[in-house]
Amino acid sequence: MANQELSISEIRRRLAQPQSSKHFWRSLDEVANTEAFQKLLAAELPRQMAASLAESARGTTRRDFLKLMGAALAMAGLTGCSTERPRETIVPYTVAPEMVVPGKPLFYATAINLGGYAIGVLAENHLGRPTKLEGNPTHPASLGGTNALVQGAILNLYDPDRAQVVTRTGQINTWSNFLDELNPRLEQMAANGGAGLHILTGNVTSPTTGSQIAAIRERFPQSVWHRYEPVNQDNVLLGAEMAFGQPLQPIYHFDRAQRVLSLDADFLLAQPGSIRYALDFINLRRVWDAPEMNRLYVVESTPTITGAKADHRLAMRPSRIEHVARALANAVGVPFLVETGEGLTEAQARWVEVVARDLMENGGSSLVLAGETQPPVVHALVHAINQALGNVGATVSYIPPVAVEPVVQVESLRELAAAMASGTVDTLVIVNCNPVLSAPVDLGFAEALEQVPLRVHMNLHFDETSARCHWHVPALHELESWSDARAYDGSVTIIQPLIAPLFEGRSVHELLAVLSGSTTRDPYEIVRGYWQGYYAGLESPPQADAELFWRSALHDGVVQGSAPAPVEVSLQIAELPAPSAPVEGIELNFRPDPSIWDGQFANNMWLQELPKPLTLLTWDNALLISPATAERLGVASHDVVEVSFQQRTLRVAAWIMPGHADDVVTLHLGYGRTWDEKASQGVGFDAYSLRTSEAFWSGAGVEIRATGETHELASVQNHDTMAGRDLVRVGTLEHFLEEPNFAQATHHVPAETSEGAAGTGVHAGEAPPPSFFPEFPYDGNAWGMQIDLTACIGCNACTIACQIENNIPVVGKEGVLNGREMHWIKVDRYYSEQLDQPETYFQPRPCMHCEKAPCEPVCPVAATVHDSEGLNQMVYNRCVGTRYCSNNCPYKVRRFNYFDYTGEEIPLMVMWRNPDVTVRTRGVMEKCTYCVQRINQARIEAEKQSRPIADGEVLTACQQACPTRAIVFGDLNNAESLLARQKASPLNYGLLAELGTQPRTTYLAAVRNPNPELEA
Amino acid sequence: MSTQESSSRSTLVSASASPPVVGRGQTIGSVTDKISSIVLARGTPLWWLAGLAITFSLVMLFLYAVTWLFIKGIGVWGVNVPVGWGFAIINFVWWVGIGHAGTLISAVLLLLRQEWRTSINRFAEAMTLFAVACAAVYPILHLGRPWLFYWLMPYPNTFGLWPQWRSPLVWDVFAIATYATISLIFWYVGLVPDLATLRDQAKGKIPQYIFGILAMGWRNAASHWQRYQTAYFLLAALATPLVISVHSIVGMDFAASIIPGWHSTIFPPYFVAGAVFSGFAMVITIAIPLRAAFGLQDMITMTHFNNMAKVILATGLIVAYGYITEFFMAWYSGNTYEQFVMTNRAFGPYAPAFWAMLTANVLVPQLLWSRRVRRNLALLFIISLIINVGMWFERYVIVVTSLHRDYIPAAWGYYDPTFFDWSTYIGTIGLFFALMFLFIRVLPMISIFEMRELVAETEREHEEAAHGAHGTVAGARAGEGSAIPTYTGTGGEE
Repeated sequence: MANQELSISEIRRRLAQPQSSKHFWRSLDEVANTEAFQKLLAAELPRQMAASLAESARGTTRRDFLKLMGAALAMAGLTGCSTERPRETIVPYTVAPEMVVPGKPLFYATAINLGGYAIGVLAENHLGRPTKLEGNPTHPASLGGTNALVQGAILNLYDPDRAQVVTRTGQINTWSNFLDELNPRLEQMAANGGAGLHILTGNVTSPTTGSQIAAIRERFPQSVWHRYEPVNQDNVLLGAEMAFGQPLQPIYHFDRAQRVLSLDADFLLAQPGSIRYALDFINLRRVWDAPEMNRLYVVESTPTITGAKADHRLAMRPSRIEHVARALANAVGVPFLVETGEGLTEAQARWVEVVARDLMENGGSSLVLAGETQPPVVHALVHAINQALGNVGATVSYIPPVAVEPVVQVESLRELAAAMASGTVDTLVIVNCNPVLSAPVDLGFAEALEQVPLRVHMNLHFDETSARCHWHVPALHELESWSDARAYDGSVTIIQPLIAPLFEGRSVHELLAVLSGSTTRDPYEIVRGYWQGYYAGLESPPQADAELFWRSALHDGVVQGSAPAPVEVSLQIAELPAPSAPVEGIELNFRPDPSIWDGQFANNMWLQELPKPLTLLTWDNALLISPATAERLGVASHDVVEVSFQQRTLRVAAWIMPGHADDVVTLHLGYGRTWDEKASQGVGFDAYSLRTSEAFWSGAGVEIRATGETHELASVQNHDTMAGRDLVRVGTLEHFLEEPNFAQATHHVPAETSEGAAGTGVHAGEAPPPSFFPEFPYDGNAWGMQIDLTACIGCNACTIACQIENNIPVVGKEGVLNGREMHWIKVDRYYSEQLDQPETYFQPRPCMHCEKAPCEPVCPVAATVHDSEGLNQMVYNRCVGTRYCSNNCPYKVRRFNYFDYTGEEIPLMVMWRNPDVTVRTRGVMEKCTYCVQRINQARIEAEKQSRPIADGEVLTACQQACPTRAIVFGDLNNAESLLARQKASPLNYGLLAELGTQPRTTYLAAVRNPNPELEA
Repeated sequence: MSTQESSSRSTLVSASASPPVVGRGQTIGSVTDKISSIVLARGTPLWWLAGLAITFSLVMLFLYAVTWLFIKGIGVWGVNVPVGWGFAIINFVWWVGIGHAGTLISAVLLLLRQEWRTSINRFAEAMTLFAVACAAVYPILHLGRPWLFYWLMPYPNTFGLWPQWRSPLVWDVFAIATYATISLIFWYVGLVPDLATLRDQAKGKIPQYIFGILAMGWRNAASHWQRYQTAYFLLAALATPLVISVHSIVGMDFAASIIPGWHSTIFPPYFVAGAVFSGFAMVITIAIPLRAAFGLQDMITMTHFNNMAKVILATGLIVAYGYITEFFMAWYSGNTYEQFVMTNRAFGPYAPAFWAMLTANVLVPQLLWSRRVRRNLALLFIISLIINVGMWFERYVIVVTSLHRDYIPAAWGYYDPTFFDWSTYIGTIGLFFALMFLFIRVLPMISIFEMRELVAETEREHEEAAHGAHGTVAGARAGEGSAIPTYTGTGGEE
């Protein structure tokens, strides 16, 4: 036996048997104890084996995906899924830990890091299991809202593909062996000041990490610290330096900005403060409340949701946006000479002129901002423009950069690559960064890395970089570790763990402590120690003692007074570089992916299946191309094209994107991963393979050639327009002021009778529909929902929040292609009829909970019924699966379990599930429940206190996640409720209400505020 | 009783006697021999074995598809959201429709005293039964959790729950169950005298034993005949409303919904007409090869085909009227969703199915105005096949085009049948014909006793005075007796 050649299929067969975790061990032992397996190990075959597994699972069904994840888990020989609490005292947000009651979740304030910037969250914890992240209302970057990435971050914790054990050259090893190899080396280097020690991290805002780096510097004065984040703020800092002579970070105050011009800045989705910005921006658009609105102008090349919300949008080549900034600078009168160049057409020049006039008329309450994708000169111009408009201090302020010791990250990485290539790097420690994947290709990072004698990598996954390093140390997820981080505005959140590490991961702080030679290795001690020092250094501490300070910081999720004060700025531009010459040919944009960001969420199947805003693609990225350019090149959606850019080529599927600037194409980052043993291996197309340090965000001179092949992309929406139907009702502010009920006027909507309670919120005053049946009486609560289409920015946070809250399965790309995605709330995206520059509307579509629900009478077994509070309920246990309800639902919001999506998941993959929500089996219909479990929780609390459920006490998951509070849920019987007040607005309308369904979910019509001067 | 009745019947026959419904020269003995010999003959024709082998292998395909379906779930089919119903419902409606001709022929035409039904009613009834069997598997297969199908039945249970009576699917359960039950009983009751004949004709012990049990002690006594006739007519009277009700209710499965393209009051009558239309087409599809294979030209005559073609033409016109009404109502109602669905049917992604439906169900049947076409069996066979395909497309158009684009454009989708959709469909076709093959081999495919009646009446017409009032039953008995000696001699050659 031992001498037999051990085939991969044999291992797989043996490993395929286990049911329980104990079994995993036994099978693995059986296999691992053979000599043949050792041979396999020596030849690094396990990875190939996984690759072959992955090969067989390519074009994976969802179940294969999970099996593969399970197989990867078994391969690593680890099954430990612990729900241990961390040993240290952590402070719950609302209730003390000793009150842990089964069935009652606890919430802890902590933070999730995105590109180094903290977003404060409250993590829901069920008996030691974090299950859901909600925005922290006291955190300045959240104010209670989240985005899709924050919502999805919890699945990264439970990702079975995470690195689980310390490895050396891919083989299982131990932390102590690692220390044994590293420490002597460090001592040796300490002798000559640490020359040759290089550390590469992502963007670091953590004060504790900063202090540890300082300690390392103390020990190794010659060591070099590099930072690189593939989606970084380099241009912002360089622009501020150009304008003010120092790197500064602008903080925008959309709550004071009546006129906003965005130059390629996707501030509603992709900036560090986006969640906050979106709320502030939308707060000035609540026309149902106050009939006035801000106005948004957007100039961009790649369509974004910010562009979709714009009142006026100008699609342009990225290289010409600089010309807009220059023309605008001249128009508003900046105090220096600006050459305008000849980049603008006549219409564009007029556009800029009108916008400039509007901005100037609103001087002091206008705001111009540039995206990090624009070159420094645009940022410098924007700073000057804001200064000239009197916006500085009003709608924009400046703070010192949030990052610790900010650098130009691309240059920092370039230095490292050069140092490595020249052989001066002796030991390289890479932390939370995956440069082999994400470094600009022209730096030759991967090749240079091979020159380094000792390479250590710490990351959540064993990724492309890990595969080229000697040592890999698994990192800890935010929910497993003590740390801290700053938000976009500099506020610090202390990150507290909710669960003991699931695997053999190590904290960043522990690794850095090893490097600095500190004896304090415990991350809790390190973080706490730093903040004790901080407290001691405060002149007038807000709390009486350090313990109280620590506890309140943990409790609130924000360290009070940690945000830096704005700095005074003065413009120091004397002269600008000459305008860049107009670029010919096709330009290529690189953008972070809305679902998987820079690739760090690539293995997150919720996010993979989350439709990207606008394209609504899942499980792939694509080359976005405008209709006109596609026509010129003879390319259609799903066609595989060969993109050549600076002697490098990439084969990628094309996707025609209405609204995209002509002669520009866009690739989103993070796809096409080559990492081994991961379920996401080979999904999508690797944009990094074309990205260079010069063309970091965009570059010109792209050639596109059709290959004649096709690659089917999975979009969740096949039809882009409303087919002439008034599903999204839109008006201008002017129209609304003249005719407030424009959304209702032209539609015959049968309303309920007067005694029919506040049943449906359909605007009263019209004739009741003829019916044989009396209206249902509602004596207690009558739940309802309303979605403000003016406020919805189409970010999809609701969709994924609902998915997590309600244990909604993913179905895989094949499932999406078959039209079987399970999302209970889907954000529909409609274009107006023009193909090239369409207006874009978003419409989240959950169950309408119709008062006269068409699904109810057709179910033969009464599995979907009305309850006494107006909810249209789905009784899973009673459902036999005729699917007639789905057919008969005019809104098509019902979802069916075509397969057993939930039955075969491995233990780790079920830990995230919400214990309050039934997991559905195969053959059962499901749909939005208005988060009935949350209603019931609130009811229990209210009944205990003998009071009615208060307004706002029940927040549905979608409502809670929504950064702009576009979704309102409440009691229609309570006339004081926000919902009842909003439903009284003339903008309120029911979708397809003319069918007599009396939907409980209604909409507030979308209102836009176009500039009359540009309307023509 | 029988005297009076057969005389009244013979009046009817003679009144419309010009086209012969039974070949000249057939005697009571010869029809008995002819029909029973097919069953009792030793040795099985090779084509029959080949036919059964092919159809039975399709049954195996069906079992494979169904097994996989039960293991994996409905997801192996192409159904999705928005198209929640696909092949299962299309095929269900198609098969139920096909079944209708059998009931119409055996029950309605019996009550209307249409003598020509005699030679085709038995296998048409069998066809009904098998079609209903094929149809009935689909509603169960198409459930997400098929093992809970009995929840659709009203039975006392610990939930204290009844089915939801407002749902047309519950009506469906009752309609189909009633239909299947009545059809089975009607068919079996009709078979009893013939089973007795076979019992008496059979040579081997085993056939005698089996047919003996199945004949339930039928002794040809006058009292048997008297009760038999009463029962048979009562069953016919029971089955007659089912012809209308079953497919009306199937039509209401769609009409009771809110989906544009389904929500239409014309559906019940139009579905019934369509059912009879497709059912007769299927009878022709089966009758033509059967007639040729077994040399039944004297029993299934051109008169039969002529009459059936006329029924097809008439019901086809009703179906065409249904199509026109749908379009008219869409236009006249001013309902944008209805209008869109109709436009989308004609010009949308599934337009080929729509035009195939119109061609097959409206244009092609117009050929049947021509008497020459009605009497050209080759053409008739092709037309009947086209109509069967056309009616399948009709259901495809109704189910898929209405669902795939209804109210919310963002939710619009497409439906692509998978291998398992097709194999289940082809599998039930295999099941149907496998049962048909078994039926023609083990049971008399033409009603022997009714043919004897018919022959006796025809003979009597020709030789009126000579025989006087010769009772049917007595004639049949006499014929039986005389047929036995010549049985083996004549069986094979004819």
